[in-house]
Amino acid sequence: MKIAVCLKRVPDTTAKIVIAGDGVSIDPAGVKFVPNPYDEYAIEEAIARKAAAGEGETVVITLGTDASQETIRSALAMGIDRGVLLQTSDHPDPAAVASLLAEELALGEFDLILMGKMAVDDSQHQVGPQVAEQLGMACITAVAHLDIEGGTITAEREIEGAVEVVRCGLPAVITCDKGLNTPRLPALKGIMAAKKKPLDIKPVTAGQGSFEVLSLTLPPDRPPGRIVGEGPDAVPELVRLLRTEAKAI
Amino acid sequence: MSPILCVLEQRDGTLRRVSHEVVAAGRQVADGMNTTVDAVVFGQGNIEGLEALGASGADRVLVASHHAFHRYSPEGQTATLAGLAPSYSTVLFAATATGKDLAPRVAARLNTSCATEVTDIVVEDGRVVVTRPVYAGRAIQRVRLTASPAVLSIRPNTFPVSHTERPGTAEPIPVPDFTAKVEVVEVKEPAGGALDVGEAAIVVSGGRGLKGPENFSLIEDLADALGQAAVGASRAVVDAGWRDHSAQVGQTGKTVSPGLYVAVGISGAIQHLAGMRTAKVIVAINRDKDAPIFKVADYGIVGDLFEVVPRLTAEVRKLRAEG
Repeated sequence: MKIAVCLKRVPDTTAKIVIAGDGVSIDPAGVKFVPNPYDEYAIEEAIARKAAAGEGETVVITLGTDASQETIRSALAMGIDRGVLLQTSDHPDPAAVASLLAEELALGEFDLILMGKMAVDDSQHQVGPQVAEQLGMACITAVAHLDIEGGTITAEREIEGAVEVVRCGLPAVITCDKGLNTPRLPALKGIMAAKKKPLDIKPVTAGQGSFEVLSLTLPPDRPPGRIVGEGPDAVPELVRLLRTEAKAI
Repeated sequence: MSPILCVLEQRDGTLRRVSHEVVAAGRQVADGMNTTVDAVVFGQGNIEGLEALGASGADRVLVASHHAFHRYSPEGQTATLAGLAPSYSTVLFAATATGKDLAPRVAARLNTSCATEVTDIVVEDGRVVVTRPVYAGRAIQRVRLTASPAVLSIRPNTFPVSHTERPGTAEPIPVPDFTAKVEVVEVKEPAGGALDVGEAAIVVSGGRGLKGPENFSLIEDLADALGQAAVGASRAVVDAGWRDHSAQVGQTGKTVSPGLYVAVGISGAIQHLAGMRTAKVIVAINRDKDAPIFKVADYGIVGDLFEVVPRLTAEVRKLRAEG
């Protein structure tokens, strides 16, 4: 089984966001960057699927600057076989990202293309299905349970208040949700091995796109709240405030 | 200006509430462009709730019927929408599980991107400008959508449903031929039809302060007393296996904007705060008066949740009984 994983380098989820001087991006100074958490489920799934099949290849593909090499190496340290960096300093919109990934993915004749359901930085939720459309492949998004048997995928995905059981054939694009698996931590042996694994660097240029980012700002602070009181005796006053002041109950 | 297309959702033959929010958002764009709103729904047979769409702002309701549409049909709905979309200036979806799957497929057919989880829309110089939270709510982005049609999805619980006197006349539309690559074979509904934290008007969430999964009954009781309330959870307790991931609020979970959010035994890690800070009213109950959750809470009680929460449940029930 030949499996591709699309991986993005993102700021750590606890990073303090500071707006850069250009007013449309974040200031990367002092920010720790990590593999997108949802993509880690995809990496784990790819490694486990290949191990279970006993044959095949796993490839991680990342679009980004040279700094993303570190992110790719962390996937290689977990156990992915080789990496491809689609090198650009552009910030393409989701459709342009999908085009560049699809172009590379089309070369690989992959049975399975895995990635996170979203990146935690720009929260677009769409590169997976966009890639699938461009490649004419089946796609199931936000998968939290995945079975593959005899070329048929059966997946489960949460919809509001229920779970959809979805079926498709291979090849397919699957986007991964939390719950799919527990990503492994790279072992020291893996970290050493990762340094010797192949990493191709291919410069790319993104298309124009249809998003014009006008501004990036910090969210407004909430007005200061108040401590109503201490212990259960404060409850009647809380209920009164919720009823008469906040009109929330 | 070309009209606006709102893509609706139904489940089991009943229109979903979020669809009215999509129509309300579409109405907002239409008023800014001085044009009309069409709403399109996919189903098989009769769909309940369509007659109310005129009041929410729809001029026409287009009904696409197909035997595959009794559940979500990615290829069928994408093919239908890809055929319709070029006649519209803007196509709006809900940022639900279905909308997040469908909107990018349609956008791909139109060679454009979809602006996801939009929380505000204005029309400037005939172009749609959207506001959307990024970095899980730790920053806010404003984006001008330069493609036509503009494709976007709105965050549930964000656009108030307005009341208009539009006709909302229903008419059938044809469904093009399509090949289904992906098929929804079953929808598993939990017993009691649990409310989703992303869509509920009230969310009561529990954290590590509850000490064990069995004590979530306190949270469930309070949610039950409040009515129309969903039970949420912090990342810590989801990772500990106390609650399902579908209940997780915050980064790597859901971002919620309910009318009332009650945080019980949750200290308020940055990832959690990012996921609930857009709630209209926030209540926090925590024993640590220095917990970060109190910085975003409108009302806080410092105390032992095992004493405070049962009392709160009882007081709310009393209030309900009095009407």
